[in-house]
Amino acid sequence: MALTYEEVISKYEPSLGLEVHVELNTQTKMFCGCATVFGAAPNTQTCPVCLGMPGALPVVNEKAIESTIRIGLALNCSITPKSRFARKNYFYPDMPKNFQISQYDEPICTNGYLDVDVETDEGMQTFRIEIERVHMEEDTGKSLHVGGATGRIHGAEYSLLDYNRAGIPLVEIVTKVVSGTGKYAPEVAKAYVKELRDILRSLGVSDVKMEQGSLRCDANVSLAPIGSGKLGTRSETKNVNSLRSVERAVRGEMIRHARLLDKGERVIQETRHFQEDSGGTRSGRSKEQAEDYRYFPEPDLTPVAPAAEWVEQLRSELPEKPSLRRARLQSQWQVPDKEMAALVNAGAVDLVEETVALGADPTRARGWWLGEISRLANEAEIELTSISITPKDVARIIELISAGELTDKLARQVVAAVIAGEGDPDSVIATQGIKVVSDESALIAAIEKAIAAQPETAEKVRNGHVPAAGALIGAVMKETKGQADAARVRELLLGLLGQG
Amino acid sequence: MSDLIKKGAAELATLIASGEVSSREVTQAHLDQIERVDGAINAFLYVDAEGALAQAELADKARGNGSSSALNGVPLALKDVLTQKGIPTTCGSKILEGWRPPYDATVVTKLKNAGVVILGKTNMDEFAMGSSTENSAYGPTRNPWDVQRIPGGSGGGSAAALAAFEAPLAIGTDTGGSIRQPAAVTGTVGVKPTYGGVSRYGLVAFSSSLDQAGPCARTVLDTALLHQIIAGHDPKDATSINAPVPDVVAAAKSADVKGMKIGVVQELSGDGYEKGVADRFAESLAILESLGAEIVEVSCPNFKFALGAYYLIAPSEASSNLARFDAMRYGLRVGDDGARSAEEVMSMTREVGFGSEVKRRIILGTYALSAGYYDAFYGSAQKVRTLITQDFSQAYQKVDVLVSPTTPTVAFKIGEKSDDPIAMYLNDVATIPVNLAGVASMSLPAGLSEGLPVGFQIIAPAMKDDRLYRVGGALERELHKQWNGPLTNQAPNLVGQ
Repeated sequence: MALTYEEVISKYEPSLGLEVHVELNTQTKMFCGCATVFGAAPNTQTCPVCLGMPGALPVVNEKAIESTIRIGLALNCSITPKSRFARKNYFYPDMPKNFQISQYDEPICTNGYLDVDVETDEGMQTFRIEIERVHMEEDTGKSLHVGGATGRIHGAEYSLLDYNRAGIPLVEIVTKVVSGTGKYAPEVAKAYVKELRDILRSLGVSDVKMEQGSLRCDANVSLAPIGSGKLGTRSETKNVNSLRSVERAVRGEMIRHARLLDKGERVIQETRHFQEDSGGTRSGRSKEQAEDYRYFPEPDLTPVAPAAEWVEQLRSELPEKPSLRRARLQSQWQVPDKEMAALVNAGAVDLVEETVALGADPTRARGWWLGEISRLANEAEIELTSISITPKDVARIIELISAGELTDKLARQVVAAVIAGEGDPDSVIATQGIKVVSDESALIAAIEKAIAAQPETAEKVRNGHVPAAGALIGAVMKETKGQADAARVRELLLGLLGQG
Repeated sequence: MSDLIKKGAAELATLIASGEVSSREVTQAHLDQIERVDGAINAFLYVDAEGALAQAELADKARGNGSSSALNGVPLALKDVLTQKGIPTTCGSKILEGWRPPYDATVVTKLKNAGVVILGKTNMDEFAMGSSTENSAYGPTRNPWDVQRIPGGSGGGSAAALAAFEAPLAIGTDTGGSIRQPAAVTGTVGVKPTYGGVSRYGLVAFSSSLDQAGPCARTVLDTALLHQIIAGHDPKDATSINAPVPDVVAAAKSADVKGMKIGVVQELSGDGYEKGVADRFAESLAILESLGAEIVEVSCPNFKFALGAYYLIAPSEASSNLARFDAMRYGLRVGDDGARSAEEVMSMTREVGFGSEVKRRIILGTYALSAGYYDAFYGSAQKVRTLITQDFSQAYQKVDVLVSPTTPTVAFKIGEKSDDPIAMYLNDVATIPVNLAGVASMSLPAGLSEGLPVGFQIIAPAMKDDRLYRVGGALERELHKQWNGPLTNQAPNLVGQ
């Protein structure tokens, strides 16, 4: 009696709560001067402070405060005149001090909102997501549990610890309960994370790479019978590492909850881990017995008290909001709504803008990013933004096409080679010896060869049956390994056969 | 026995600066004294003879190059709660056995830069929790005045090293009296500077909002010279005060109390204060009055809640600060047989590595911070803290400094109070309010009671540390006339014990 999604939403009203952790891209860590380069050799970016050595003390990274305030302002939050750090106490080997410096009852930003657009049955609809708080904390180290079936600490033979990540500034953005989304809950969740990601990217405060963990989303989902006016028991799903996964995780949890509720069972309040392969979630630790983190104000740090003038200055320097920017670009490029939505969904807006800024025609730039390159990204199952071809490469390819030095077909070959890591377009063309065959005598020889091979077809063309020329053109293109300009071949062929 | 060890730091510095003696000779003389008497005293947990002599040679070279440091070449004993790169740092605990810090505390950096020679690390109550040094995992330190008695705590090692002439200078740390109470019971001088006046970077935290490192010596001037070197803003400590250090050396030299208003804290007298302690205190007041100070009585009604608040705040912070000792990265590791989980190893290590007083306070603090108890315990304690701070600021509207006996009694016998935590905690009743308010305070010798030293406590407003030295310097000058020099000169000769 598996419930379908349609049945779920006909009986239950979902409520969401989204917690997004963002690693800031500051040069140094939250409380010490260590570097924050991603992927450095383990434990090479550490010092007494981020290793929690006895006697070491934290000092707040001003840049991290600035980034957090800017995030708060971009999310329409109030900035707390005097906020405090607090210690969150729990034991875990990847946390050197066995407490995390975080913020508890006095976060730096509160009460904001973010509007997101979602395509509904009634057209584009705006949902306002209210933000409860934005606060600062330090990241933990990374554990690698070796041996054992689960890859988790229990049952592992041994664990390796890398403290390079320990102390990297994290900003946690927590929504209030999101309700009233009805069946669009999964899409709203995805749109929220995406819009948030775009804002963070426009602020330049984070790499916002979900697959590298610099943007992580925990999705809280609960269901209540429609009209009950209550909130159901929630589950918190972690390990949601892509935008698509946000949507899948929320939908999956809604269905799982509904099945339990339909059977008269109860939903357990717990942490669950999203499974990328199945799209389902696996039970983590139960939160039924509330963990007691024994929060108290961090005595090693003084309150954060940003001057009001500074906050106002940061507000005045905020970049254009992504939603406004999209509207501006759409009108500049003269793109229809639907195609603009496609660009946004594919995460191609920035890429197209950069390509156009490098001199490419907007229509062609759009065509390449949404067409061939998107297709290759899909094939490789990666985000368009992660594919290894740059707007500069694409602009160059478009330039070469316009100059007649590449055909569309050859350009596709170059794009594939660039993505495969064979170099930039010019070096790919040089190494592979790609060039449009424009030597007319060679072309004419190939055409004559084709006519000789297919005399009957040639005769049909001579008699005015022009569509038959296709077979001859195909043979020429085959002969020239696709390097000829098909339009010119056609022109020459028809000329030779008296149809020019 | 070399007579160099009987000299104070200021005099030694002058002799070294003039080239009459070398730092190497002075350092060697103190190393010899440690060798001679420390078996009986146990002031040192680690003596770095080689390193000290190397530093002494550097100091002698610096002298040749015209060092301007006021204490260039003078030896010092460092409490084992401050990190010194490459030198074992245990905090008196088994759990840190074998740990050699990879970095210097800011205080240590400043000492090294000033050419001060660090002889070694001194004994202390484990993680600075105690008032007798009996809580050290490495055996108690003994009081040079009577080796059957405690030298105070937690900084008993530093104070005893001064009284036993093993060092002319020492660094202590004071969370609730750990500099001043040992100074009082060993006849030495100790100062807890204004909170934030001296960097805590590299001070292994017991209670972060109360801990403060400070100078210890046998005279007020020596203490001031050391204070001047270790104090000042440190960008590595967010709670460090970014303001000029009050000129404590000038204050110690001026030693002028004429026209000063000195407030006697009513609440820090009466029941529980020994007659000998009360008598020496009264005599000291009379001296200050004769020097032109005005003595007035002041009431600080909330001081009676100080001990209770302290024993909630300090253990709460300690329970969190000491969480890092988990066997994962440094120090002791117990039970790691390849089969046990990380949690089990952590738990077994902490069971073996921490002493009972430390465990008591971790449990107390964990409880006080727990959900449902936080407001009643930690929250209320913070309110008391505010009230005590208000008591001080109201008092300072009327007077320039406050005074009291440093401790209610003279040094008690080893083992006398070890089974009674409350009796032990009461030792710090007069010193604790100071830490809760973050103000500055000094203890200096006021004389003897039945042959044992009595301490006189001076308390100045935050960042007015110089007032401690004015008052202390004036009182000391008169007392030294009576005693014909520092009180420690009357301490028993330890040689042969």
